[in-house]
Amino acid sequence: MDYATFLQIFDTTLRLATPLLFACLAGLYSERAGVFDIGLEGKMLMAAMASGAVAALSGSVWIGLMAGIVGSLAFALVHGIASITFRGNQLISGVALNFVASGITVLIAQDLFGQGGRTPPLEGGARMLEITLPLAETLRPVPVIGPLYADVISGHPILVYVGLLLVPATWWLLYRTRFGLRLRAVGENPASVDTAGVSVKRLRFSAVLIAGVLCGLAGAYMATGLQAGFGREMTAGRGYIALAALIFAKWRPWHALWACLLFGFFQSLALRPDVMQAVGIKIPGPALDALPYILTVVVLAGLVGKAVPPRAGGEPYVKER
Amino acid sequence: MMGAHDTGRQASAAPFAIELKGISKAFGPVQANKDISIQVAKGSIHGIIGENGAGKSTLMSILYGFYKADAGEILINGRPTTIPDSQSAIRAGIGMVFQHFKLVQNFTVLENIILGAEDGPMLATSLGKARKVLADLAREYELDVDPDALVEDLSVGHQQRVEILKALYRQAEILILDEPTGVLTPAEADHLFRILRGLKDQGKTIILITHKLREIMEITDTVSVMRRGQMTATVKTAETNPEQLAELMVGRKVLLHVEKQPANPGRTVLEVENLRVVDEQGVERLKGISLSIRAGEILGIAGVAGNGQSELLEVLGGLTRGTGVVRMNGKTLDLTGRHSDGQSRRADGIAHVPEDRQVLGLIMDFTAWENVAFGYHHAPEYQKNGLLMDNEAIRRDTEAKMATFDVRPPIPTLAAKNFSGGNQQKIVVAREIERNPDLLLVGQPTRGVDIGAIEFIHKQIVALRDAGKAVLLISVELDEIMSLSDRIAVMFDGRIMGERDPATTNERELGLLMAGVSEGAA
Amino acid sequence: MMDKLPKWADILLVPLISLLLAALVSALVLLAIGQSPMQALTVMVNGAIVSPYGWGYTLYYATSFIFTGLAVSVAYHAGLFNIGAEGQAQLGGLGVALACLFLPWPHWSLALVGAMVGAALFGAAWAAIPAWLQAKRGSHIVITTIMFNYIAAAVLIYLLVEVLRPAGQMDPASARFPATTSLPQFQDIPGLQSLFLRYAADGTVRLNAEGLPLYQKVPANVTFFLAILACVGVWVMLWHTRLGYMIRAFGKSEKAARYAGISAVKITMTVMLISGALAGLMAINNVMGQSERLLQNSAEGAGFIGIAVALMGRNHPVGVFLAAILFGFLYQGGAALGLETAIPIELRTVVQGLVILFTGALDQMVRMMLGWAFRARRTV
Repeated sequence: MDYATFLQIFDTTLRLATPLLFACLAGLYSERAGVFDIGLEGKMLMAAMASGAVAALSGSVWIGLMAGIVGSLAFALVHGIASITFRGNQLISGVALNFVASGITVLIAQDLFGQGGRTPPLEGGARMLEITLPLAETLRPVPVIGPLYADVISGHPILVYVGLLLVPATWWLLYRTRFGLRLRAVGENPASVDTAGVSVKRLRFSAVLIAGVLCGLAGAYMATGLQAGFGREMTAGRGYIALAALIFAKWRPWHALWACLLFGFFQSLALRPDVMQAVGIKIPGPALDALPYILTVVVLAGLVGKAVPPRAGGEPYVKER
Repeated sequence: MMGAHDTGRQASAAPFAIELKGISKAFGPVQANKDISIQVAKGSIHGIIGENGAGKSTLMSILYGFYKADAGEILINGRPTTIPDSQSAIRAGIGMVFQHFKLVQNFTVLENIILGAEDGPMLATSLGKARKVLADLAREYELDVDPDALVEDLSVGHQQRVEILKALYRQAEILILDEPTGVLTPAEADHLFRILRGLKDQGKTIILITHKLREIMEITDTVSVMRRGQMTATVKTAETNPEQLAELMVGRKVLLHVEKQPANPGRTVLEVENLRVVDEQGVERLKGISLSIRAGEILGIAGVAGNGQSELLEVLGGLTRGTGVVRMNGKTLDLTGRHSDGQSRRADGIAHVPEDRQVLGLIMDFTAWENVAFGYHHAPEYQKNGLLMDNEAIRRDTEAKMATFDVRPPIPTLAAKNFSGGNQQKIVVAREIERNPDLLLVGQPTRGVDIGAIEFIHKQIVALRDAGKAVLLISVELDEIMSLSDRIAVMFDGRIMGERDPATTNERELGLLMAGVSEGAA
Repeated sequence: MMDKLPKWADILLVPLISLLLAALVSALVLLAIGQSPMQALTVMVNGAIVSPYGWGYTLYYATSFIFTGLAVSVAYHAGLFNIGAEGQAQLGGLGVALACLFLPWPHWSLALVGAMVGAALFGAAWAAIPAWLQAKRGSHIVITTIMFNYIAAAVLIYLLVEVLRPAGQMDPASARFPATTSLPQFQDIPGLQSLFLRYAADGTVRLNAEGLPLYQKVPANVTFFLAILACVGVWVMLWHTRLGYMIRAFGKSEKAARYAGISAVKITMTVMLISGALAGLMAINNVMGQSERLLQNSAEGAGFIGIAVALMGRNHPVGVFLAAILFGFLYQGGAALGLETAIPIELRTVVQGLVILFTGALDQMVRMMLGWAFRARRTV
């Protein structure tokens, strides 16, 4: 296998890891605040449909992006109302919203475009352009590093870079700001926040809504960046892979990046059976698909360190006497 | 000083730090607080004493903005103040140290201190400032804690200091402590009292909620007594004595006098040698307990809550594992293996009325009859046709037990949660005693139970003893221990400090043992 | 405390109101995409109930949903949320396929017994690992069962493509099962048979070349009666055996269960094995009773519908049975919508999601609404 193939695979890895990363960080905010979010998948799907459809109708990917965020936020809001306001079962709420999203996206897309639940292929300004980073062409001739910079790091839609930047930003927000301190506290012991005179509900809602925005970016990237349009069930379980990555990363931002890159790498390998053959490793495609889940179970089993979720995760907060 | 807080209305005297006027609060039909008024002078330590469920915590929750009072008025430093939420309480200068700490376990001490009281959106400035303030407070009040330690690594006493520091960091002038010594060792409690005196000397006002008379006598300036939601009296501590306070608390002169004949002990039923229990956090809770109980006697275990009594009950009842030797009717019990569970213990003739009936003893959503079978669901008389449970037989049995124990209402199909505390306890006691066990383990048999049921339950326990059975009684109510027991052992810090004869001992002697003062020194 | 409802209202009205709310939201969705909710309902009723053909499908779907609904319910009574019924049902399908393909069966009734053992064993086995991880390691069973759904899908794709697919066949599926394993469908069952006669336009019964009457083929099969038996069995197990008693006690309070000497590990394992076996048994209906070979994604989401069915049916076998019929109607009716109207078949997924949302997550809201209604009535 040559260097160029390597680069191709890493290039694909980065592309495929981006939606995982957005969704994983979304889950991180929500779960760090004590609200479990199985509904990442549904929010992504909703955002993909909304952004794909609006981009197709308006011809502008940016209006589409906003629509995607709004669509995802609507679902996040329902999740917040169910699990924070009415103290419902957070897991069930997430599962339910995934089903609603799975159905309603097809209903709306079919009604708008009549193409079997798909949007028409996006073209021109309705797609997210790939941007070339400065000096990409200048540096290309430099051996090893040049092509890496020009082909793998440069040349992605802007959301890829936004996703990468969100990792340090999230770390900073969580560990260096007042908001982050309170967010982490509310996921560990909401009573500590409540008795300190800070609203548990408001904090948790903001976390859930941040998750909504991030899932919106994930979905919009899928429909307008990674692919040219929305197709039914196009997220194909990525929300759950992101959830797996979140557990794999033990709810920490930098680890989330590595987990998503790893899982993205598996996905890109699964797309290249030729490479697998060339290296002489015979891993069946389905095994690669299942690898993120298997690794997550291994982590959950405590075989590789212990994954301790936020202590108040999944429990509605009730003031006690 | 006077001028600073002068509101014009009270020109003659300094206003009270806190004044409550006619506070009432009901939860549905339950009147938790009825027309409560108190006045707490600035720079004093005021005790509020009362039994469990007397309404102390509700009153303090109102003061801290957790509940809104149905009626009444709160004055802080003479100014009428509304406290709709905790933020307002903090702003009014009130700090609260809850019985169950409100700390984030995997945060550092500093992070816990600044949480909710940060200066600006960036943490760095807040942390720096808090570190300095903390150092000052530590010097001033003996409140040393490592600011960078994780709370989960701190001892309970230190965690409580963090709570106090949190309040002081928020510049609380009024500090409320809810049952602060329940989880402390005597040494830690002494330290806490030194801290409180120091705070008082600096002009802070302190409200101490407790049900321990000794603490009230030791540290407070004035004391209010609560009973059944009402404030029965407020007196100067110097002008009262424990007997008077106890009477005010309970409402009648003699709380407990159980009619019983002298014990007639027979063969040894339970022998415990060098029993040790280590909890999940790796802390040794029982540090080598040895005791024995004979047929026909009640061994009472006295002690401050948290000194290993719960663990003793749990390991004997098969809920937790331990090491050492426990012999029941001469048979060595399994303390670690697959027979160290509740079923095996029952098979060996041990019945167990647990300390917390709502968490352990009953399934609150189950009906009364389902609860009567609880733990005895394998009993042959509850089965039929080999495979099935004979629900009809259990219901009949429940009706019989309800009649014997006067459970009201006598409806077997009613859910446990729909019975009063006393009747719930009667169901548990009936279930365990009617099995005619050789040994009855019983923890806090009358906690949260009304007077009538208390007498009834006590009679049943004595009757079991008179029937030649062994009873191990654990209670934090010293009166209960003294009036029921034939022998009294005192537990402190996971050990038995000594044994006394109830006929010859007194509260003072037991109190010293409970405080960890060993026999030689006593 | 204040919103306490009478027991009957809690059991009956809460699911009904939830269903009504779900229907209302769905109707709004339909209006929003320019369709008529009334027309949709008519098409669904015609397609799913009116004709024997329709309810032959409705009951077929309901059969699958009963099994998965019971699977979710049984686990729920022990306080465990089994989202893995989908994967367990797929593995159950594998068990059925192996039993039918590789063992010689002289008669369908014996094949049924053999396939049931295979289905239950494989389904239970797939639930065993998440159960063990929950019991021994404290890994959240919801997460592990989700992971196991995906792992199941991967395992089956691999087996169907690489191992079970007969040479020369293109689609990823096993070989057809032998004819001796074919289960009687409703039109084959004496007594039910006459309901499925095919009629010519003049009202006479249509005959085949040999002069025998022709019947409409429906997928509902004898498994339906097994499903009813399973309901009865689960009911007896939960409320009339020691095991059921221990399961319910454990589900209500893990701590108290320990006091009573009920082993958490044992109950968690047992209940998940039963749950997995029930989910696996669903495969008798679809794999053995209908497709007669193992297809990719054989469970087709029935495992997830089990969640809705269990919630709607209040985790009681009678409720599960009724809710399963309702969802059978929804599924067959939804299919009719897809065929006869411009409304996509996915409408049923929306309704399913909404029912789960209202019964499982917004149940407090529904109760609150009912509480107001009750108090208003009392004060009038």
